[in-house]
Amino acid sequence: MFYREAGQFKTSYAADQAVFPIFQDRIGLAIVLFVAAVIIPWFGSSFLIQAIMIPFLIFSLAAIGLNLLTGYTGLLSLGTGAFMGVGAYACYKLTSFFPSVNILIWILASGFFSAAVGVLFGLPSLRIKGFYLAVATLAAQFFLSWLFLRQPWFSNYNASGAIEVPTRTLFGIPITGATATDTTRYFVVLVFVIVMTWIASNLVHGRVGRMWMAVRDMDLAADLIGIRLLQTKLLAFATSSFYCGVAGALLVFLWYGGAEPAVFDVNLSFFILFMVIIGGLGSLTGSFFGAALIFILPIVLRYFPPKLGIPVHPATVEHIQYMVIGVLIVLFLIAEPAGLARLWQIGKQKLRVWPFPY
Amino acid sequence: MDLLYKIFIDPFVQMGAAPDLLVQTLWEGLVAGVLYSLIALGFVLIFKASGVFNFAQGIMVVFSALTLVGLHEHGVPAYVALVLTIGVMFCLAFAVERLILRPLINQPDIILFMATFGLTYFLIGFGELIFGGETKVMIADQLLLPRGAIEVKMAGGFVSLQKIDIAAAIIASLMVATLAIFFQRTRIGRALRAVADSHRAALSVGISLEQIWVIVWFAAGLVALTTGIMWGARSDVSFALEVIALKALPVLILGGLTSIPGAIVGGLIIGIGEKIGEFYWGPLLGSGIETWLAYVIALIFLLFRPQGLFGERIIERI
Repeated sequence: MFYREAGQFKTSYAADQAVFPIFQDRIGLAIVLFVAAVIIPWFGSSFLIQAIMIPFLIFSLAAIGLNLLTGYTGLLSLGTGAFMGVGAYACYKLTSFFPSVNILIWILASGFFSAAVGVLFGLPSLRIKGFYLAVATLAAQFFLSWLFLRQPWFSNYNASGAIEVPTRTLFGIPITGATATDTTRYFVVLVFVIVMTWIASNLVHGRVGRMWMAVRDMDLAADLIGIRLLQTKLLAFATSSFYCGVAGALLVFLWYGGAEPAVFDVNLSFFILFMVIIGGLGSLTGSFFGAALIFILPIVLRYFPPKLGIPVHPATVEHIQYMVIGVLIVLFLIAEPAGLARLWQIGKQKLRVWPFPY
Repeated sequence: MDLLYKIFIDPFVQMGAAPDLLVQTLWEGLVAGVLYSLIALGFVLIFKASGVFNFAQGIMVVFSALTLVGLHEHGVPAYVALVLTIGVMFCLAFAVERLILRPLINQPDIILFMATFGLTYFLIGFGELIFGGETKVMIADQLLLPRGAIEVKMAGGFVSLQKIDIAAAIIASLMVATLAIFFQRTRIGRALRAVADSHRAALSVGISLEQIWVIVWFAAGLVALTTGIMWGARSDVSFALEVIALKALPVLILGGLTSIPGAIVGGLIIGIGEKIGEFYWGPLLGSGIETWLAYVIALIFLLFRPQGLFGERIIERI
């Protein structure tokens, strides 16, 4: 009823292959973008922007990165946290070597460093797959964590081993460091996320994405129809790590404002993997849903019981939070193993045929 | 040149100069290896029978140890607590089968893997909620585990062997032997092996998958409890063990995901390799290489033998 594509005729191949072929979807997207770019920065509280929206967007970006690798190419990776760390540390080193170059350039450049490291640790993927590959990427995770912790060069010989984000400006407005306002940082993150999501969407809908999906569905068959496995898998690793690297740099430069190596430990990798699986493997929209659920759920769990006037001990809250997350993960998997993205699709289909579901 | 000397010659010179230190390091590695083997054993049991990569094995170790200590703290005698803990592990196996495995039957591996993450989180929260998050001391004395060390004169010096480590090695070997006999000689053991070979074929000859899964998760729970007691007696019972449990992953890779002997041998190799590497080559790189050395060993190994030492050969067909 509300959502019907009747009368929307496609008259060209380009129109037929559009990412959002249905008019209502395009309106929906426009509304989402409008809310994200105008409503939230204008009316949102500082808490909403700083504690929810910025990290949500950054984690979504990382989840998209991992989804390109795990969801689209079928290569399970547990090294996401470390690749994000590479991005963050590369950006930090670059901006301390060349402080005059714009920070946005360095954030993008740090993605390339991360991509190079990703390719290096992706090399075993040609011979191994599945859980074996997951362990191989754990090697990346633990090795890189150790490197950031033990080699003081990475933190510019800071005694505490932590990195501090310096203040950098764009057109005279500080966008990183302590003096940058929430709204400015939010806009920078938003632009990064929108542009990179758009690029990712084009990648997965094009030739590259089809190659990735062919490899995911059966790499031997993909090999036989002429897809070069080595290049395709490494490209997936490089792209995925690029996204994760940029997300890592954004995480430190535009959210935390400083970081120690422990931030990029194996738990971060698992955290991003949760987002991807709960959101839906092989779905970009799902990455956003997953990030929203996994990131925002703990916040809700933490802030709601006191609001409702239930007196609970903070430690107890944390324990219950763990239990609730565990139960929810299992429940979600049982209800819809294909993730929130699939639920979203089912919901859209229901809307389409409502009120006559046949 | 100097660096090459330091990498390739100096460590061996050190080993030759102080053989007692080498033996001590080997022993430490062996002991760590036994514990890795035990954790890996739990993984392999479950992976073989249900194809689930059970991430929760590490937390099951902590949870069982916590239950044991927690029950004892509430005034239950040590051996009664042990029996009760075994009961708890059975209930856990039963609940996992009913609430997680059965609804998720026929789902892709990664979904089941993810579900064990859910289980991990639940057990962390549940364990901390009931028994508290602080570090506890294992009730080693009450369980009549030996304490203290033996000094053995060996290789021109003294090597100190902790009695608890010797006990751990003996108990671990006993458990592996029991499991091997159980697998080879009993009816249930045969059914387990059948399920490991092929779920569908096993179903068609009338083996109940549900029953087998409960049994196998229970067996993994018992392995976890043993690991928890041994580990707890050496250090303390705390959630830090969870990270150490991740070390079982390279062990599995090295041994092959489906092989019990592989888990044991892999554990020992990783344990010894790690300690030797840390002791002799660690100072070169700045210490702490223990955290990643195991993974890198496994990674290099994988490049040459993707199915692991004893794993079944991976044959792919279209």
